[in-house]
Amino acid sequence: MCALCGVLGVEDHWSDAVARPGVYTRNADPRARRAERARRIRAANRILAAWRLTLSDWQGRAYLLSTATGRTEVIETLAHLWPTAEALAGRPFDPLDPALQARIGP
Amino acid sequence: MSAAGAERTQSAAGADRTLCAAGAEPGVSAAVDAAPKPAAPPPRFTPAHLLTGFLGSGKTTLLRRMLSDPALAGAAVLINEFGEVGLDHDLLERIDETTVLLQSGCLCCTIRGELADAVRGLLDRRESGAIPAFDRLVIESTGLADPFPILSTLRADPIASQHFRIGATIATVDAVNGAAGLAHRAELRRQVAAADRIVLTKSDLVAPEAASALLARLAALNPAAVVRDAHDPACAPGWLIADADASPRDAVAPDHAHAHGVGAVAFAIEPQGAVDWTAFGVWLSMLLNRHGDGILRVKGILAIDGEDAPVAVHGVQRLVHAPTHMAAWPDGRRASRLVFIVEGIDPQAVRRSFACFVGGGRGVG
Repeated sequence: MCALCGVLGVEDHWSDAVARPGVYTRNADPRARRAERARRIRAANRILAAWRLTLSDWQGRAYLLSTATGRTEVIETLAHLWPTAEALAGRPFDPLDPALQARIGP
Repeated sequence: MSAAGAERTQSAAGADRTLCAAGAEPGVSAAVDAAPKPAAPPPRFTPAHLLTGFLGSGKTTLLRRMLSDPALAGAAVLINEFGEVGLDHDLLERIDETTVLLQSGCLCCTIRGELADAVRGLLDRRESGAIPAFDRLVIESTGLADPFPILSTLRADPIASQHFRIGATIATVDAVNGAAGLAHRAELRRQVAAADRIVLTKSDLVAPEAASALLARLAALNPAAVVRDAHDPACAPGWLIADADASPRDAVAPDHAHAHGVGAVAFAIEPQGAVDWTAFGVWLSMLLNRHGDGILRVKGILAIDGEDAPVAVHGVQRLVHAPTHMAAWPDGRRASRLVFIVEGIDPQAVRRSFACFVGGGRGVG
């Protein structure tokens, strides 16, 4: 369910697509899925750290997005990561922003 | 099939064909071409095509031509303008837009309710045997429609997304008004940007030079699409509905950035070496969250670590389709290419961002 609007059945984000013929996904078996979730969390945390947020896994089914002071939101996919992160941080995560790029580094 | 819902038409092949009512919900018009009936069961994911184009650009003419072709013998059709294909008026009611859009801009909240209801109704009737087992769906939009909410409905609706896959999007542009429309109508630019196939109509009404110039302009505006004149014999219904990613030409990068109309720009990024799929997903989702309105299109092929075959990525504004494997590399060369069509966004800023968050991007243009 979408955590923002309550719509059911929207968890099939393109980056984590349900396995079916012809579709590229790292979701095909449990081991690959867990490994990809771990990589995704590392990649997202590299960016989220710029505004002191942390992403972590929740039982392999959802993610916890937390501020440095402990405020936490549950999200299901990357579709909800950035709107929720911006709400928690109180500022945009704009990948075109040189200031954010400078914080991330090369 | 109700008597009021039946209309006899003459196909190009000379055979009588019957259009029978499929849309019984209020506000929905639908038709399923019933003859000949497909012998095979419907595909697991029925391809759904969007036929878009500005007002008066020849969508209905093209739809009629498509429906007369055996390639679309088993196609269902959803139309959201009254009477456009001349079906019985009792069965042609407008699909009003009932968009549920929260201020968050979340993709899954942008759902056209009646379109989703119409698609579900078609599925119900197909399952119950009330209509022939259609193997394809064509949705003809209004001339002023932004393709994004329509495509996102198919992608986000929990039932539609389990039964349909988004097939090639087709846009019509008329040769008489197309150039002015591209300069002044954002809707047309969005339609052209979202298309996999662009059909130039009414070219017989303008000078050959003007038609050629517009063809070239459309090809430059959307390098991810193939552009053909409606009078070109190669512009056949079978080509129009062919899967876009099956054609290597679709992902060919432009030689340089092209600016058209009011700020529409096409450009490409060619990452060097294998792309980090995880970092790419995190970056693109972040980019579309903040700039989805200005990114009219992203399409390309990626070389990914551990994958011999190319992976095709295809998105329209905030909607990104499930990535797919392609059979082979175009030109036999293992090289990633991402084509963007943007409006109000600096291509160099996107290239710098790609290099920072994903790495390895070498811009073209």
